[in-house]
Amino acid sequence: MIVAAGAPAGPIVPNFGSGNRCVVENHTFCWSWVNAHWGDTLQPALSQHVELSAIAIGIGFVIAFTTGLLTYRRRWMSRPLEGFSALLYTIPSLALFQILVPFTGITTTTVEVALVAYTLVMLFPNIVAGLNSVPADALDVARAMGFTRRQTLLSVELPLALPTIVAGLRVAVVSTVSLATIAAFLLPKGLGYPIFLALKEPSPFRTEIYAAGALTVALALVADLLLVALRRFLVPWARRGAV
Amino acid sequence: MTLAAISMHDFLDAFRFIGSNWNLLLDKAAQQLELAGAALGLAIVLVLPLGLVLGHLRRGSTLAIAASIAGRALPVLVLIAALLTVFGIGFVNNMIALAVLASGPILTNSYEGVARVEPRVVDAARASGMTGAGVLRQIELPLAIPLLATGVRIAAVTVVATAPIAAIAGGGGLGDIIVNQAGYGFDGVLGASLCAMALSLIAYGLLSALERAVTPVGLRRLAELEKGNRRQEAVSVTAIT
Repeated sequence: MIVAAGAPAGPIVPNFGSGNRCVVENHTFCWSWVNAHWGDTLQPALSQHVELSAIAIGIGFVIAFTTGLLTYRRRWMSRPLEGFSALLYTIPSLALFQILVPFTGITTTTVEVALVAYTLVMLFPNIVAGLNSVPADALDVARAMGFTRRQTLLSVELPLALPTIVAGLRVAVVSTVSLATIAAFLLPKGLGYPIFLALKEPSPFRTEIYAAGALTVALALVADLLLVALRRFLVPWARRGAV
Repeated sequence: MTLAAISMHDFLDAFRFIGSNWNLLLDKAAQQLELAGAALGLAIVLVLPLGLVLGHLRRGSTLAIAASIAGRALPVLVLIAALLTVFGIGFVNNMIALAVLASGPILTNSYEGVARVEPRVVDAARASGMTGAGVLRQIELPLAIPLLATGVRIAAVTVVATAPIAAIAGGGGLGDIIVNQAGYGFDGVLGASLCAMALSLIAYGLLSALERAVTPVGLRRLAELEKGNRRQEAVSVTAIT
């Protein structure tokens, strides 16, 4: 479905055609349009986009982290799970949204289920790899000092796995912000929607495409920078400049 | 009616659509593969040599890293829409957008593949009198094949899976049906979605097999050995494996 019928009213269709000269003639970029439609189009789309992405990453991380911990000591389980998540990632997003519609309808749930599925492929392998990268020496020392399994996990394994886990989280965040634009094909939500509308115009409305596109990329970069800061705070001993 | 009954009904309709529109779907699938192939070809021709040369010179690692991050951060919808304002609706715009998308993994992996070749091996080749070009062609390139093949496989699968979105900018393909519920009904949308999924999974399977086939046997064994010893090795974002 292209635009959900009966869904809550989305951002207002740009006033393309009856605005000022810049807008009417579809010049390269009209600040006037951005100023006039920040409040009714761009800002709501941005908050929806943040919400869509944040929920997907939150749920995805909880699932990946739990399964990662569960399969960490059982390696035979992590290989098939990695393969399965890689296979999920291969499914075109546009198709996956539609395939989920018979189950969850044209709803935000559908979008979230798909986005969560895509985060798993980036989060799960890195969580397992991070835990597996803990040196055997460190584990031996912990055991020699009388740490319980729980203590070992919390104060040895997880801190040492953190850089790899955060690396996976960075990829997942950036990809999810990028993928969330495709939600607009199903729901009038997120930064993809203004772009979708601008493309539907007889001659695609440039200002709206550029503005929403720039916001999407900026959002991904800001989220990435926040995670870099988080890593520096959580893992101050990690090498600077390591990607 | 229960949820299960409703969804079964939708899928039965979708399969019925697939059955009665087989030729249309094959046509659209071929269109999609044509677009994906052109984009992949363009990316390989333009970017792969660049990655190899940069890797050989061990220069431009920032570029290789930036390419892998940009490849993930740039939403394809934004890319297609922005390029559409420059090149207009149609094949060229979509081919370039998808080629940009494919460039990320190809550039990163061709760079990493060559740059990660054991320095001692390269030194030995130089000491035996090989020229720079000779080293690249006879030593670095064969050793880079596993990472190179992985990069191309990832790029190809990404492009095939992303191509349906191109329909919004006149790219054709199965996306044409997926974004046109008014014309084909939900059974058509779902049927085409299932076909797009199948196409991507087939591409993934074939390309993974191809990747194995082009990797020299010796290197394959080495990779398996390394996998066993990976315990101490950290995984970074840049290395796409």
